[in-house]
Amino acid sequence: MQAVRQVSGRAYPWGAKNIDTDVIIPAHWLKTITRAGLGRGAFETVRAQPGNVFDDPAYAGSPILIAGDNFGCGSSREHAAWALGDLGIRAVIAPSFSDIFSGNAFKNGIIPVVLPQDAIDRLIEVVKASGGTEAITVDLETMTVTTPFQDRFVFALDPFRRQCLMEGLDEIGLTLARDTAISKFEAMLDEHRPWIAGETDASIAVEGAGRT
Amino acid sequence: MASRPFTLYEKVWAAHVVERRDDGTCLIYIDRHLVHEVTSPQAFEGLRVAGRRVRRPDLTLAVPDHNLPTTARVDAAGDELPIADPDSATQLAALRRNVAEFGVPYIDALAAAQGIVHVVGPEQGFTLPGTTVVCGDSHTSAHGALGALAFGIGTSEVEHVLATQTLLLSPSKTMEVRVEGKLGFGVGPKDVILAIIGRIGAAGGTGYVIEYTGNVIREMSIEGRLTVANMSIEAGARAGMIAPDDTTFAYIKGRPMAPTGADWDKAVAWWRSLASDPGAVYDRTVVIDANEIAPALTWGTSPEDVVSITDTVPAPDSFADASKREAARKSLDYMGLTPGTRLQDVPVQHVFIGSCTNSRIEDLRAAAAVAQGRRVADGVRAMVVPGSGLVKRQAEAEGLDRIFTGAGFEWREPGCSMCLAMNPDKVPPGERCASTSNRNFVGRQGPGARTHLLSPAMAAAAAVTGRLADVRELMTETGNA
Ligand code: SF4
Repeated sequence: MQAVRQVSGRAYPWGAKNIDTDVIIPAHWLKTITRAGLGRGAFETVRAQPGNVFDDPAYAGSPILIAGDNFGCGSSREHAAWALGDLGIRAVIAPSFSDIFSGNAFKNGIIPVVLPQDAIDRLIEVVKASGGTEAITVDLETMTVTTPFQDRFVFALDPFRRQCLMEGLDEIGLTLARDTAISKFEAMLDEHRPWIAGETDASIAVEGAGRT
Repeated sequence: MASRPFTLYEKVWAAHVVERRDDGTCLIYIDRHLVHEVTSPQAFEGLRVAGRRVRRPDLTLAVPDHNLPTTARVDAAGDELPIADPDSATQLAALRRNVAEFGVPYIDALAAAQGIVHVVGPEQGFTLPGTTVVCGDSHTSAHGALGALAFGIGTSEVEHVLATQTLLLSPSKTMEVRVEGKLGFGVGPKDVILAIIGRIGAAGGTGYVIEYTGNVIREMSIEGRLTVANMSIEAGARAGMIAPDDTTFAYIKGRPMAPTGADWDKAVAWWRSLASDPGAVYDRTVVIDANEIAPALTWGTSPEDVVSITDTVPAPDSFADASKREAARKSLDYMGLTPGTRLQDVPVQHVFIGSCTNSRIEDLRAAAAVAQGRRVADGVRAMVVPGSGLVKRQAEAEGLDRIFTGAGFEWREPGCSMCLAMNPDKVPPGERCASTSNRNFVGRQGPGARTHLLSPAMAAAAAVTGRLADVRELMTETGNA
């Protein structure tokens, strides 16, 4: 996972509430084989409407999305976070998130920033007033969201998750950091349960000489 | 030092703890990882993006099953036939590419050993007692039949296991389900597990790992135990386990990936030590009287909606719980059933004998014994889908295929088939299927499909009578009537 200390740039001033994972990425995108490319399906139904925020040239390509309450509700599909990431979004600012979505966002290096509704309203106002020309900054060092107009909103994050984001540690990376312990366990296995390890030759499987 | 008695689950768990954290979660080593085409592509992609490798390809085995059509796979010239659905074709091609790139042992769609992951694992000797087994499919619980701790995982966890060969887990509570007594005539392992789920409920096992004990389980073949453990997840349990015994060892010995020589002796000695100690304490114990189990089936859209074949469709008001009454009303509406109807009067249009629950050789023998000398009823489409190419070959050597085809059943290539509506084998909307699979959820066998779960013998009985039927009326105590 890529480390993220600061996300700075334009933002989608959306503000919609209760955006579920079906809106983020419709179900027919789930029979895919990659995470990449899901950006094309992101917000498909929203983008089918003329004048939508995602295709407005003032905002297109923004790394920040400003949304309403309960963002990412619905199914547990990790495809929602993959789709946002593929769209280039690195931070979502909303008054609240579904638990599963925010977990999936962290796993994929996207910062879920929780701010009260009046802060959301102000940010949307700033973005719209400047026609997308002024940058908003989400900073994990100072735990603030700032605008060029002296706005400064403080947010909170689980310290462990904050550290993971800032150091680019995903769950796999964290476990791999325990490599010595895993290797020690494997040495124990080789000694006490030698039948667990298989041939390293990938061709062992298998024209069926076996039985049912 | 005298230690307290431990359960099978506690022993296998303890034997796989790499590290224990302060909050009680443990980094658990995974001995066996089964991979199929549907839940693995994004996991392999994640490895590629992060520049990671598969830590232990030798503990991993990939085989396609979910998407694969069960029609002929090669043409008359022996050339591979294309797969019509482009998404399925893409997922299957991705698996072939990924296993080659990451060096993962792979059983190809065209290999004789290909089959459903949960049939292939035990059959190849990949699944062993006392191992931890995972797969991106919830019915991984099946492997617990051999004394493994086996459970399904999601795509992120698939990637985690590929990269680290471990998972971060919290320990489960333990539940003993003891089945004692004598199974009646015409009653088998599927009836036993349906009766268990009917008794404890579809959420009754939530938070638990079940251990199945009692003389009925001990006397069961490995095929039967696999059927029972397979459906542990339908009772909400994380996993289901059965202590390994001589039946288990005899089943495993000589399989392609099973230990040999000195390793075999050492393994068996360790496996024997895994059985729950006398006096081991479970968080909950449920005792089932085998004498009371009749040929069973489901009437609704939850696997807990279990009745015996001699019953009638229950009335929603017969349930004490208000939410269950509401659920029952919805189920009956979806299933197109009226309370009070005799189940034996309900006609079926489809019969599916297959899935990782009931597609092994004993299942096919049981179904063939009922089909022999009979005809599939008019208006019924009946298919038999062996769980693997080796099961298929064995059945053909025994002449079972000719019994089935002679009776008017379709005899197909191995795969998940009509268990889930992901490949071309589907039940059309509003039509009814007697199915040996494990899930009767709304839409599971196709949008609007109506599923009744039952045993292979009961499925065959439904095929030849054209309705849900009591298999005992088609058998004598000595065999086919
Ligand atoms: S047969 Fe059904 S339950 Fe079994 S692995 Fe295939 S889809 Fe899953």
